[in-house]
Amino acid sequence: MEYKTVLTTCTHCGCGCSFYLEVLDGDVIGTIPCKTSPVNEGKLCIKGWNVHQFIQSDKRLKRPLLRKDGVLTEVSWDEAMDFTASRLREIKETSGSDSLAFFTSAKVTNEENYLLQKFARAAVGTNSVDHCARL
Amino acid sequence: MKEKVKEKVGDLLESGQIKGFLGLSNKYGHVGPHLFCSRDELESLVVGDRNRPGDTRYSLNRQLINIHRRYPDDVFGVLVRGCDERGLRTLFTWNQLNPDKVVTVGIACPKELAEECECLEPFPQEFVGGEKGEGCSSGSVAGIDDLDLHGRFDYWMEAFSRCIKCYGCRDVCPMCFCNECSLEDDGLIDPGEIPPEIPIFHLTRAVHMVGRCIDCGLCSEACPADIPLRTLYKKVADIVDDEFKYRPGYTEEKSPLNILR
Repeated sequence: MEYKTVLTTCTHCGCGCSFYLEVLDGDVIGTIPCKTSPVNEGKLCIKGWNVHQFIQSDKRLKRPLLRKDGVLTEVSWDEAMDFTASRLREIKETSGSDSLAFFTSAKVTNEENYLLQKFARAAVGTNSVDHCARL
Repeated sequence: MKEKVKEKVGDLLESGQIKGFLGLSNKYGHVGPHLFCSRDELESLVVGDRNRPGDTRYSLNRQLINIHRRYPDDVFGVLVRGCDERGLRTLFTWNQLNPDKVVTVGIACPKELAEECECLEPFPQEFVGGEKGEGCSSGSVAGIDDLDLHGRFDYWMEAFSRCIKCYGCRDVCPMCFCNECSLEDDGLIDPGEIPPEIPIFHLTRAVHMVGRCIDCGLCSEACPADIPLRTLYKKVADIVDDEFKYRPGYTEEKSPLNILR
């Protein structure tokens, strides 16, 4: 058997609450708020308390889906990227940069968030960038 | 106190009496639960007194239940204070843990912590560290009892109105083990409603603490809205004690309100 408590930071928003993930034989089974964290002092919101549930959820999206004839269909990464890039270019050329907006995530790194805003501003030419964790 | 605990746990591990010891560890500058499996690991063991007594207590019995459910045939050790031991006794009566599979290493709480907790019995039956201190009566309950009916109602409604419905009180509770939680029953609690309907949300939980709450106070510590939940459940425990002469964890009897025989 292997039981570990892994100290980590919540991915749900920008507050940066700390907790231990309880890991039993490789399964993430629980969240324990960290009492010594100066940010959350042993407390969490409801999303933080349930953070262990999404990691191994069957409902988690693992492959790109593309809506074809109104139906979400699993496609390869290449097809998804090609489609997205060509549509973004098309919209930018026909309707202008400010017809596009970008929405990024708390579940990626700062560097990835930086990259997306850089892409939006420098490559596409819009300031319409936001983030789900802008609490 | 810490060294005595380490020595005892090391002996238990080396003699093979326990497969692992659930205690607290200071890792990467933070204190949290840890399953110690060898004497070598014990260097980082702490007892939960970081800056002041008991400031880094965790719901170790809750984690013990998680481990026990997957490894019901193995014996595990656990660090206990008075409240944790009351928790174990009660969890045994509710068949959530098996007394043959749990070995305790006890510590007694100092006066400062006992007073802060208003703990009736701040020590387990057997302990390797600390000294047996006096129990303390509950000034917090008495203070609210002194208010008139309107004063009490206003006090609790104001406190409950701060609730953000995080369910932290339930999620941290070592005595909450139900497969189906009343706080998620849509007949009682509207699933999408934030903040929760008061006082029904908090009173539903208070009623469910009857015969269970062992007064560890971790709910109050986990509450982001500083709702004095511990005081509420202390009052519930007092009422049950007055009516049924039963206080969870002080005897090995089942709760008189436990109909699941």
